[in-house]
Amino acid sequence: MNRLSLLASAFAVAALALPSGAAQAQSKVVHVYNWSDYIDETILEDFEKETGIKVVYDVYDSNDVLETKLLTGNSGYDVVVPSGTFLARQIQAGVYQKLDRSKLPNLPNMWGVVTDRTAKYDPGNAYSVNYMWGTTGFGYNEDMILERMPDAPVDSWRMIFDPDVVSKFADCGVHVLDASDELIPAALNYIGEDPDSQDPDVIRKAEDVLMAIRPHILKFHSSEYVNALPNGDICLALGWSGDVLQARDRAAEADNNIKINYVVPKEGALMWFDQMAIPKDAPHPEEAHIFVNYIMRPEVMAKASNVVYYANGNKASQEFLNEDVIGDLAIYPTPEAVASLYTTTPYAPRVQRVVTRLWTKVKSGQ
Amino acid sequence: MSKPEDSPSQGTPSQGPKVAYMSGRDATAGGLAGVHQRLLLIPPYRLLAALLRRIGLTGHGLVIAVPYLWLLAFFLAPFLIVLKISFAEVIIAQPPYTPLFEFVEDGFISIKASLENYLFLLEDSLYWKSYLSSLRIALISTALALLLGYPIAYAMARAPKRWRFALLMMVILPFWTSFLIRVYAWIGILKKEGLLNLALIELGLISEPLTILNTDIAVFIGIVYSYLPFMVLPLYANLEKMDLSLLEAAADLGCRPAKAFWVITVPQSIPGIIAGCFLVFIPAVGEFVIPDLLGGSETLMIGKTLWSEFFNNRDWPLSSAVAVVLLLVLVIPIVLFQRMQERSAQAGG
Repeated sequence: MNRLSLLASAFAVAALALPSGAAQAQSKVVHVYNWSDYIDETILEDFEKETGIKVVYDVYDSNDVLETKLLTGNSGYDVVVPSGTFLARQIQAGVYQKLDRSKLPNLPNMWGVVTDRTAKYDPGNAYSVNYMWGTTGFGYNEDMILERMPDAPVDSWRMIFDPDVVSKFADCGVHVLDASDELIPAALNYIGEDPDSQDPDVIRKAEDVLMAIRPHILKFHSSEYVNALPNGDICLALGWSGDVLQARDRAAEADNNIKINYVVPKEGALMWFDQMAIPKDAPHPEEAHIFVNYIMRPEVMAKASNVVYYANGNKASQEFLNEDVIGDLAIYPTPEAVASLYTTTPYAPRVQRVVTRLWTKVKSGQ
Repeated sequence: MSKPEDSPSQGTPSQGPKVAYMSGRDATAGGLAGVHQRLLLIPPYRLLAALLRRIGLTGHGLVIAVPYLWLLAFFLAPFLIVLKISFAEVIIAQPPYTPLFEFVEDGFISIKASLENYLFLLEDSLYWKSYLSSLRIALISTALALLLGYPIAYAMARAPKRWRFALLMMVILPFWTSFLIRVYAWIGILKKEGLLNLALIELGLISEPLTILNTDIAVFIGIVYSYLPFMVLPLYANLEKMDLSLLEAAADLGCRPAKAFWVITVPQSIPGIIAGCFLVFIPAVGEFVIPDLLGGSETLMIGKTLWSEFFNNRDWPLSSAVAVVLLLVLVIPIVLFQRMQERSAQAGG
């Protein structure tokens, strides 16, 4: 998680918060807080033109930052996009308001495959609508990897979690996400434990796996690899599907002979969901519903997916998706492949402490 | 942190009498009193003045009250809130901690304070290791800043008068750019393919690029660079007003310049050294941005530990306890040091 984005957004919020009080009376506005690199910006312009509602759009790159703002209260945001596990805990904390379904006529566009799974976090999908979903796998630079290890197991988590394999790539740079709630399940899954385990004794088993590969990891970071992979600064990154695919595209655009591949490892990977929700204290709930409903339009949702290379939970949008999105098994895996994906549930506070402590130990060696 | 007499501004001669004028009784009897008399004709002002007089506040007292009110509102009140949270427990709610006071049915207030957070700080070695590591990094950075800042301040103070303003501006000028951008710029300089490595390889001094970024060395460079002006400015203010005739006297009595520097200039500049060191050391201990951007994952600093307690664990009570202990770790030695200074000053004077 990039702490700087926290600072930057804090400044942005401070700057935005001031005039909002006065502007509110004259014109309609909606404050949206979403992940970075996660929308086609023309969608926001079109929305403003059509509805006359001004969009104040702000971004973050970590669920933690979003959650802290929501728990503090009066964040000033009308629409936020937390991931499923975080959403579940935030619903429990009473952060959100129930969606008014009468104001969301586009709801029937949603895809049962996704809504069935998101109901695990938000029973009955009462508080949220899926924005996009994806997997957590890894991306690699084909030439740099094969040059160092011609028989590299590129379809397996051994690339990251087998010290004998990953050590061969230490010299060309390995990044992994700075997200304990993704790395620990992945490590547990690799050693055949339940990735969704809530048992501290099981969770501690992930420590040995992660400590063994730690010397070969250049950096724990959740967004830098989007640029570092296509620049050739690193050759392997454990990351989110769409971000790696954006990296692949940037390499193709740069035309620098760097070929990036994204892999959903055969042992299985995390399937995660980012959900649009409206905070209880949202200053403009009316406009928030209009915005959420607008995003659920098939053409609009398809436009966003076509740009950011993430799958969405909108069935009706699929006919508008480009072939390189809907046809890419890394984005829309086959139903059999989806079966190999796992989901996780939020940690209880005491378990969370074990998880973060373990993560600090992995990152700092302390 | 510096005492007023440690940081005199340049315009000492003109300021001396002015201060006397402002605090003198006869000053208030002049222009200000006239305004006061006229304002008394307006009922709300009259009421306020009477009220303030009743609680013993006169114009003189009000002037002193302003900084106290400032400290009360922006230091003491937030600190008390943090202190209150540090005795609470985590819950899943908004806000995510238990209230300290609760109104029980029959009109009583129940206070539920938990010391568990403080005990936990002792239990896990991570916390004291973070405190120690922060103190170590801050101490080394302060020492480096002093070594670098003293010659700069000395050169500025001894430079011809017409240059001094320009030199002073050169020290202050970087502040006109955002702190974040300046720290980011160091990434470009220090990274493997960065400017520094390119230059060193070009000059033939090294053949393999040095790994500086994401190490403690990069953190030292970042802190020294960012806080150097806080070291230079109080030192400059101190050195500039030094009585040079003392050095002449030393030379007349056969003292060599180097020795004169150690026995006259350095002892005279001790207040400046102390002020500068405090101004660098205190923010450096709690520094968060510099170790995060320039340091590696092994750079352990209490600011980062606090961040992860607050954001990753969502444990506001524990992170509040970390903050309270940090304050104590800083304030107690500073107060003791200040006492010692005063005592030695009294003994010496």
